[in-house]
Amino acid sequence: MEGGSDVILLDLWISVFGARVRIALAEKGVRYEYREENLPNKSPLLLQMNPVHKKIPVLIHKGKPICESNIIVQYIDEAWHDNSPSLLPSDPYLRAQARFWADFVDKKIYEGGKKIWTTKGEDQQVAKKEFIDLLKMVEGELGEKPYLIGESFGFADIALIPFTAWFYTLNTIGNMSIEKECPKLAAWVKRCMERETVSKNLPDPHKFYEFVMKMQGQ
Amino acid sequence: MTNEVTLHSFLGSPFSCRVKIALNLKGIKYEVIEENLSEKGPELLKYNPVYKKIPVLVHDGNPVSESLVIVEYVNDAWGQVPLLPQDAYGKAQVRFWAKFVDDKCIPALLKVVRSHGEEQAVAEAHEQLQFLENELKGNKFFGGDNINLVDIAASYISFWLGAAEEAVGIKVLNKDKFPKLTEWCDNYINCQAVKDCLPTRDATIGIYKMRFGKT
Repeated sequence: MEGGSDVILLDLWISVFGARVRIALAEKGVRYEYREENLPNKSPLLLQMNPVHKKIPVLIHKGKPICESNIIVQYIDEAWHDNSPSLLPSDPYLRAQARFWADFVDKKIYEGGKKIWTTKGEDQQVAKKEFIDLLKMVEGELGEKPYLIGESFGFADIALIPFTAWFYTLNTIGNMSIEKECPKLAAWVKRCMERETVSKNLPDPHKFYEFVMKMQGQ
Repeated sequence: MTNEVTLHSFLGSPFSCRVKIALNLKGIKYEVIEENLSEKGPELLKYNPVYKKIPVLVHDGNPVSESLVIVEYVNDAWGQVPLLPQDAYGKAQVRFWAKFVDDKCIPALLKVVRSHGEEQAVAEAHEQLQFLENELKGNKFFGGDNINLVDIAASYISFWLGAAEEAVGIKVLNKDKFPKLTEWCDNYINCQAVKDCLPTRDATIGIYKMRFGKT
């Protein structure tokens, strides 16, 4: 294994974006120093390393910062390209598909999921339907493949899998069953969770639920 | 591979132009298919079922959507005139700034245009533009001497923003506040690869007057 204190991750365990980076580092067998940020009190290092967004996750490699989780995952794949597995396909077209779906998760899944616990009544019903529709699009891409882009777990899977830590919260608050509505996706989740790199690096679904309830003052 | 490249596009869309600029820089021949956005063609819906939007690049029958994803695809598929550096860290920085332009800058600028120069919107846009001004670091382009992914992502600022400002009667990219960015705009639109795909200024102003003008 390589890395050590050459590699520092500024993160929050509860963050789905941080989880992407933790999974990628684990997949590549990179050792790193994990530092949990305290969000109301952002560390001077975080503010120095990510002055534009002031957000986690930030990967600091040999003193140089890399920000934005999907960009960090690509960086990890490229900086440790000698370590298997490859996180992005080598074929340009498949790489584009992987980037498209990772970008789709950023553009649609985060806000779509959040809407379910931040709305009530009719608005919540609409949010639930829209979210399931988004997940069905992912199921469409998955098809009969074991992973999103093909035979190997990779960039697009890493972009999406942390959001499954939200499913317990969404199912409970939204009074729904994502697994029943999207069985192919549920099978993909199970498959990804069999990887220790994933199961050990996702936020605990029950802790996430408590976190959301606390945020909503309940 | 027959190397057949078609681009589903719409008139002078800045997002379509991002792709055209990348293709032009690399010297790739392509056919443009003009889409009618109020009546989207069956091919567009087949090639981009997720967003149903342009631009969509189709290379030997394989569709790629989302302009910045397409530009990275063009860069991967054709090696000449690289649009990103070779090293992992350099790539990460370029991707960061391209995403910053897409996620923060352009939406902030659109907010200024739609609000006809509302004070808070202008202040927020200026904050984002200042990051870009600093990032130019006295270079001709974000890519140094050559255009890179960040320059391409920021295409809207070079031409369309000015047309929108004139259409609505506001100024947000002030020369005195952003001298480097202003110079960048001139350098950028004077590159042949960019010039070749710009719509006419008058037509763009006309469209923006209709879309954003005071009612």
